[in-house]
Amino acid sequence: MGKKQGDQTYLFESPPVLIGARAVVGPREAAGPLGQYFDLPIDDPLFGEKTAEKAERRFLIEACNATLEGVGIKNEDVDFFLAGDLLNQIISASFTAREIRLPFLGLYGACSTVAEASALAGFLIDGGFANNVLVGVSSHYQTAERQFRYPIELNLKHKLSSQYTVTGAGAFLYAKKGAGPQLEAATVGKVVDYQITDPNDMGAAMAPAAADTILQHLEDTGRDPDYYDLILTGDLGEVGMQLNAALLEQYGVTLGSRYQDCGAMIYGGNPAHGAGGSGCACAAVTVAGYVLKEMEKGKLNRVLVVATGALHSPLTWQQGESIPGIAHAIVLERQGYS
Amino acid sequence: MTHIAPRDEADRQRRAASYQKLVQRYKPRPPIGRNMLMAFVVGGGLCLLGQIFFNIFLGMALTPREAAAPTLAVMIFLGALATGFGIYDELAEIGGAGAAIPISGFSNTVTAAAMEFKREGFILGMGAKMFVIAGPVLVYGIITGFTVALIRVFLLGM
Repeated sequence: MGKKQGDQTYLFESPPVLIGARAVVGPREAAGPLGQYFDLPIDDPLFGEKTAEKAERRFLIEACNATLEGVGIKNEDVDFFLAGDLLNQIISASFTAREIRLPFLGLYGACSTVAEASALAGFLIDGGFANNVLVGVSSHYQTAERQFRYPIELNLKHKLSSQYTVTGAGAFLYAKKGAGPQLEAATVGKVVDYQITDPNDMGAAMAPAAADTILQHLEDTGRDPDYYDLILTGDLGEVGMQLNAALLEQYGVTLGSRYQDCGAMIYGGNPAHGAGGSGCACAAVTVAGYVLKEMEKGKLNRVLVVATGALHSPLTWQQGESIPGIAHAIVLERQGYS
Repeated sequence: MTHIAPRDEADRQRRAASYQKLVQRYKPRPPIGRNMLMAFVVGGGLCLLGQIFFNIFLGMALTPREAAAPTLAVMIFLGALATGFGIYDELAEIGGAGAAIPISGFSNTVTAAAMEFKREGFILGMGAKMFVIAGPVLVYGIITGFTVALIRVFLLGM
């Protein structure tokens, strides 16, 4: 168990390199404060398609193709395509796999999928099973509303704690060798459920999972939070972010100003989006856009990304069950830029 | 080091209970006064609009009983139209229940569902799912109406 450190963390012996990534986003995300960081802003949330489901797929296909083109790697050199999304039967991921024709492993970790897939990409590469692994995740406001909530045009006033699903997709290419930030470690999270039943308050449902994974990561690695320039949770939003910080305080861990949340960042606190963004794409486009570009500039050196997911379905909610949360962490380090 | 993840069932319940308190502390409070005012303005505005049409129909020599039906039809039509143009959900974002409770809001629930599910076809999509939101209102509205009528018959006779 040479690569395993502590209970849930894995330190890669020869860390995989994130040689390319692309963030494709819809108009609301492009208009937000991170807009300048996104590679491909798309004006039309339907991306010229007839249905939102097809549109979400287009976002993901676009992100994957742009990533591969950007690093100049041919499809046949990619060993695995790890992808997931929020929709039933992860249709965005599998229909994208149908188009780009790569050996495909579909994943569901709700909004934590990008970290789940990245950790697995690391295991595959560092384990000697692959040289190049493509990771892709997507989400879409309209498809998520329909699946988890209500028709778009319905007369509902949104709650202050509810979150707005990010329209977009992020793709990442991890390789055995190359130039780019290294995937240094991964912490695989446990499902944590603190009996939150309100689907308008997903941040509160996921915050304990985020806190648990962060604590575990720090314990396993023996690191302090200030080892990192940035600790970034996926989509806790403004409410969940405060709860996560408060929970960690109870255990004597202060994250301070190095702590940010993709969901709270992406719409810049615009009250029209409730407590912030959510969805698989929320963490993915923020990492592919903001984090990687700031790393490239040298402004960030070590980043802990803790992508969070709410593992409920409308069915379990209607049957009165609480919302289980999960969080997986990956560490990106700025080394190997040449 | 201690963990957030509970060790056993008793621990889980204890931690969940203390977490609920924490959540209540951080959960944003809705501006109730402002929401009530906006619900009054939007709901009142819709009712005023209804009253204007009602008076117009009265002016067309209809009795108040006769004028009610076309007034409702107009408000239902306007609710559906505003939904189609993507305005009604914006109105509800401002007025909350003030936009949802009047009959134009009921019209919105049917139209919004019809628009949403049209992409799955006219039969299995729109036709089957048009009443997915409005359905419970119809079911329990009819049951309540029937029960009240039954009570009336028992108490007062036909």
